[in-house]
Amino acid sequence: MKSIHVSTTVNGDAVEFICAPDESLLDVLRNRLGLTGAKEGCGTGDCGACSVTLNGRLVCSCLVLGAEAEGADVGTIEGLANGDALHQLQQSFIDHAALQCGICTPGILVAAKALLEKNPDPTDTEVRYWLAGNLCRCTGYDKIIHAVQDAAQKMRSA
Amino acid sequence: MALDNTPKRVFKVVGTRPPRPDGIDKVTGRALYGADVSAPGMLTAHILRSPHAHAEIVSIDTSAAEALSGVKAVVTAKDFAPQDDDFLMDVLDNCMARDKVLYDGHAVVAVAATNSAIAKAALKLIKVTYKALPHVTDVDAAMTLDAPVVQEGRSLETVPEGMSQNVTSHCEFGHGDLDAGFQKADVVVERSFTTAATHQGYIEPHACLASMTADGKADLWCCTQGQYNVRDLCSAALGMEGSQLRVTASEIGGGFGGKTTVFIEPVALALSRKAGRPVKIVMSRDEVFRATGPTVSSSIDVKIGMTRDGRITAGEAHLRYSGGAFPCGTVDMGAQAAFAAYDLQAVRTLGYNALTNRPKEAAYRAPGAPQAIYAVESVVDELCQQLGLDPLEVRLKNAARKGTRSSYGPTFEDIGLVATLEAAKAHPHYSAPLAEGQGRGLSAGFWFNFGGNTCVTLNVNTDGTVGVTEGNPDIGGSRAAISQMAAEELGIPYDKIRTIIADTSALGHNDVTDGSRVTFSVGLATIKAAQDAIAKMCSRAAQIWGIDEEAVVWKDGAAEPAGPNAGKFPPMSLAEIAAVSFNTGGPIAGHHEFNADGAGVSFGVHLVDVEVDKETGATKVLRYTVFQDAGKAVHPSYVEGQMQGGAVQGIGWALNEEYIYGEDGRLQNPGFLDYRVPVASDLPPIETVILEIPNPGHPYGVRGVGETPIVPPLAALSNAVSRAIGTRMSSLPMSPPRILKALSKG
Repeated sequence: MKSIHVSTTVNGDAVEFICAPDESLLDVLRNRLGLTGAKEGCGTGDCGACSVTLNGRLVCSCLVLGAEAEGADVGTIEGLANGDALHQLQQSFIDHAALQCGICTPGILVAAKALLEKNPDPTDTEVRYWLAGNLCRCTGYDKIIHAVQDAAQKMRSA
Repeated sequence: MALDNTPKRVFKVVGTRPPRPDGIDKVTGRALYGADVSAPGMLTAHILRSPHAHAEIVSIDTSAAEALSGVKAVVTAKDFAPQDDDFLMDVLDNCMARDKVLYDGHAVVAVAATNSAIAKAALKLIKVTYKALPHVTDVDAAMTLDAPVVQEGRSLETVPEGMSQNVTSHCEFGHGDLDAGFQKADVVVERSFTTAATHQGYIEPHACLASMTADGKADLWCCTQGQYNVRDLCSAALGMEGSQLRVTASEIGGGFGGKTTVFIEPVALALSRKAGRPVKIVMSRDEVFRATGPTVSSSIDVKIGMTRDGRITAGEAHLRYSGGAFPCGTVDMGAQAAFAAYDLQAVRTLGYNALTNRPKEAAYRAPGAPQAIYAVESVVDELCQQLGLDPLEVRLKNAARKGTRSSYGPTFEDIGLVATLEAAKAHPHYSAPLAEGQGRGLSAGFWFNFGGNTCVTLNVNTDGTVGVTEGNPDIGGSRAAISQMAAEELGIPYDKIRTIIADTSALGHNDVTDGSRVTFSVGLATIKAAQDAIAKMCSRAAQIWGIDEEAVVWKDGAAEPAGPNAGKFPPMSLAEIAAVSFNTGGPIAGHHEFNADGAGVSFGVHLVDVEVDKETGATKVLRYTVFQDAGKAVHPSYVEGQMQGGAVQGIGWALNEEYIYGEDGRLQNPGFLDYRVPVASDLPPIETVILEIPNPGHPYGVRGVGETPIVPPLAALSNAVSRAIGTRMSSLPMSPPRILKALSKG
């Protein structure tokens, strides 16, 4: 199979890479661009650990081909903080102890950010349904919901 | 609380909720887990696995795979050192099948190549000839005399004569006269239960990077709950000396007991040895389900007698567990834990382990206890229903307390069960009204907790900061708790401490992160290491002041004269003593190593309300409250996190999760779509109430908290569902089809 040349934008930076036609965006990010924040928990779109945004839309990067990133705007966990300044969601996750092992945290943060961009004032139920595609096996989700709502409240009043 | 009357130490740092030291790395994607590192010249390996539940390996032909361009090494069981020790041999046979494959997914051949695609292509070129054998995956079927024998000659002498060869061990615990006990009862209930095997379900698949050089030295990076255990198992498998293998634990993406052994690590090392290059292996989720974990499947009979006023007169349980294709001692823990919450005159538990053609059991949070306690707590609930008694009052009436001779032998010291039950009784949840069609369930839970071998070094830096070096992978915030205990003991702020996890060459042996042992044992070793450093700092101050060491005490982070007679000197802080340490005898460090005892058992009580949809059979969890004795909660947020996370794993076990095998003995649901763990929208908030009945075995009163919370949910959910639908459930999980079946019979 002939490799494909792709020009794209990742977290605001212009990026070029070469990938196999059947190579997932997740593998490109992790193995070619050194962005290992997105994780592979299942490879079948069931766990959400690989969540990124593609042109602003939340996707499982294990279900997107690297070649599909041509001309697109990709957002990953590595782009959530602004330099030294954590995003409010990141700070709220630390403040509320909303992570234990932390493997699902990057995907959940990317997903939560996408939620709050669409709906800055969600109900707890809306947060729970939005995050239903992101598995966490450590926390029982309780502190995650609190952290997202804390961040939402602070972002609304900012 | 009745037991909570000892004078309490006033803590400054312990009991607060500071940010965890690994927090920023984990919210920015910087934390490095098992699959996140690479090495120059690295190869990628994949593993060929058995499609059969049980088969003889007639031949393996790897010649075509080896001839494929880009393939650098191929290994089979022949590439590992045979072991004299049965336990080690089983671990190794599980990593790579020898002579027979024992379950669907059992590893047979591994290939390392210059990239993943070539390694996968090479697997397709390997020709394995199998001779299929009859298989058995059900524990009760495996115990019948005509069942296919999974492994011959593995029965211990404890197994009664005349049983199937699949029965590998037998145990018995208890005391008192059962017959007399049952005769005193007004009602006796006897029931049988089954529980499905479940997987730990950590989101991070197993991953490792091994690099062995021609001089026999090796480095291994992997996600594990215990790097020392990995070193010991792998060095034995490779026939190398322990000192030549340095194992570094990555950040770990969940374990719950499932990462307390090895699967791919010896394979990666063997491939690296053969290829002379670093080798990385990352499991797929399918491989994780088929070939790692899971917990035991079980079949249990329980018989309990009760008087009209709710006194239990006798309890008996027969437990049949299967830990898969290899001997497994988990049933012993189930048999010991079954009746631990009760003060009984007559109690007996018998346990059997049987081999089946399933993957080798790995520990899962309180291994063996949830199944046994589910069965016992279900029968206690049914007795309460039959006699019209309040289930909390009945548990209080029969509760184990200080001085109780436990059902497994030892006499309890200070324990928190009564306080925990009282807290549940007083909580608004217990008296909240229920609507039509809803049910409330409760269950007590228990876990032994463990101490174990532990080693900690505490370095006092010349700028007045402190580094703690410990050897246990941090699975739920333990670096924060260890830093808090060091800060507390030294009397300096939390942010002056940095705790790191050492590789196997940097610190002496530490047992695996298991048994809820880390905050207890590593915390205790950290406190003792801090005391060691304090003694040295007091000695340095005495030297500076020209007084006796005994005349110096440590208070609020500084050395000071013990009293007016000792001399009149202003206190010297840790930072001041550290700054001049090079002139007073050199660097200052504290150290402690021990085999920790006194972990202190743990009890919890869970309350749950459910509603069952009688058309679909789906159960909705409406409200959930966890009560647990933490001894002393060092970082209450992470204690709550353990209570919530354990409860939710238990909810999954009770309602949905199960290993489903087809007639062909193959696992039918090796993925998160079909093996359904709880998601956020399935759940209500999980309320928590922490009780603090100090553990006499720890200076701050700490008890392990991690495992107990997975024990009560199974029975709590089953009792709630049974009351909601008016039919007693006796099989887990209570998936919608099972509930509909129960309703149609009801």
